[in-house]
Amino acid sequence: MKVLTKKNIMILIAIVITYVVVQVLISTGIIDSFYEITIATICINIILAVSLNLVTGFTGQFSLGHAGFMSIGAYVCAIINLQMNSTTGLLIGIVSGAISAAVVGIIIGIPTLRLKGDYLAIATLGMAEIIRVIFLNMEITNGAAGLNGIPRFTNWLWLFFFTTASILLINNFINSSQGRACISIREDEIAAEAMGINTTRYKVMAFAVGAFFAGVAGALYSSYFYFIKPNIFGFQKSVDILVIVVLGGMGSVTGSVIAAILLAVLTTFLQSYSEVRMIVYALLLVVIMLFRPQGLMGTKEISDMFKFGKKSSKVK
Amino acid sequence: MSLLSVEKLTKSFGGLTAVSNVNMYVEKGELVGLIGPNGAGKTTLFNLLTGVYVPTTGSIKLDLNGSVKELGGLKPYNVTKAGLARTFQNIRLFKDLTVMDNIRIAMHQNIDYKLPAAFLRFNKFYKEEERMLEEADKLLDIFHLSNKKGELAKNLPYGEQRHLEIIRALATKPSILLLDEPAAGMNPNETKNLTDTIAQIRKEFDLTVMLIEHDMSLVMKICERIYVLDYGMMIASGIPSEVRANKRVIEAYLGEDVSDASNKKS
Repeated sequence: MKVLTKKNIMILIAIVITYVVVQVLISTGIIDSFYEITIATICINIILAVSLNLVTGFTGQFSLGHAGFMSIGAYVCAIINLQMNSTTGLLIGIVSGAISAAVVGIIIGIPTLRLKGDYLAIATLGMAEIIRVIFLNMEITNGAAGLNGIPRFTNWLWLFFFTTASILLINNFINSSQGRACISIREDEIAAEAMGINTTRYKVMAFAVGAFFAGVAGALYSSYFYFIKPNIFGFQKSVDILVIVVLGGMGSVTGSVIAAILLAVLTTFLQSYSEVRMIVYALLLVVIMLFRPQGLMGTKEISDMFKFGKKSSKVK
Repeated sequence: MSLLSVEKLTKSFGGLTAVSNVNMYVEKGELVGLIGPNGAGKTTLFNLLTGVYVPTTGSIKLDLNGSVKELGGLKPYNVTKAGLARTFQNIRLFKDLTVMDNIRIAMHQNIDYKLPAAFLRFNKFYKEEERMLEEADKLLDIFHLSNKKGELAKNLPYGEQRHLEIIRALATKPSILLLDEPAAGMNPNETKNLTDTIAQIRKEFDLTVMLIEHDMSLVMKICERIYVLDYGMMIASGIPSEVRANKRVIEAYLGEDVSDASNKKS
């Protein structure tokens, strides 16, 4: 009906160009294997940040347990991939990892999403720790030593495909009626209920969708870095993701993407100054938060900038 | 049976009985007022009707063309689904969203596409979104807010915010509209405007309206029937002229006559 609008064609062209340019740079060796890792980190972080943004930025539910869902995706995918050493195995692994994470998200979300603010943050933090400890003690996950030698089928094509798909799908969700229901919870829960929105249902829905995509990111992580252990998915990882979301702007998909790229580039760049690396990183965060407390993008999206001047609010 | 009938409704918070043994009914098409001094329990009663509070005892029944539904104990979103929509005493718009989004959120319960369509943009998605925009445009037209649909709700002037709350409630397609102090903080001009609007929406949407209001001139002018609450109890009801002359109502508002009080003592 309206699939081939001017805007969608532009987006498609931009996607293809990004893919081709990076692919050419990799093939010609301009982007070496070191920078390729940075690119993989960017892609995985984008998926993580955008999915957490859906929960924290759009639905307003402060979660500190995103790494927990990531680890579920990573382990499920790794275990399946170790059994089925093929790209089909990877695909099955990613899908099952994501679905497992979403199911756990629903199970955990139903009791914890009754809580608000700080209490929810602590509950989700605890839940991520529980998941980590379970992986630490299970036989199939090989405990603290972790899983090694996971077949590495993930390359730029896989990363790019799943990152773009995640962004587009989450963006579609946010701009649907269900997505607006989630946003209304952030704005005013009592008013949302009075307008006929089952707030518990949509909180759990956002949580499950967020967990699903965190699972995708985890699955890609395990496949690309071919080694996972429980400690990778600790509290620190959850905070890293949250930093990206807050820095980019709570409630802006574009912001999360930009912040994920910016922070990864910054980390890579600072690697040559290892002594001052963390100081500069932390200082930059403080400065940005002081001058842009709403994050780089606030709640704006890149599409808002293009339609500046148009008055009507159209279906995105 | 009446459209809405409330029987022996009581709500206590610990030792305090905020609403006590209240009976009332609202007929289809009526405009009913609910008045009472500050702290009489009017908003509590509204909160009971809309599911914010669960009644301690008593029942609230909604009769839509013969199918009777008990509303007491339902969650607010189910009450809204059943056909009761409300506005809030202290405006509760989705402040950081546009006027259009405020309305579209209220339309959510009537959309006809599921999660997969939202993610993958099936044709149904576009059809429904289009329909929503058209309906929202119609509503905005009625209230002359069409030129403001892209503005953030918080940037609207006060009177328009009040109007937007009413539009938002109407967007849920209610049978009964509950207005909690719609004229609070309005100047006489805005109040006049509001009066016209209420009359207009009743006609256009075939709506039953119940309102809480402190502006007596407004209440006496537009309400067909009035209920009076005091200390959680229904002390009077009837047409405006009856209520105005009711001794207990006057006492509730102005206090007991001193000579009367001293007579009673002696």
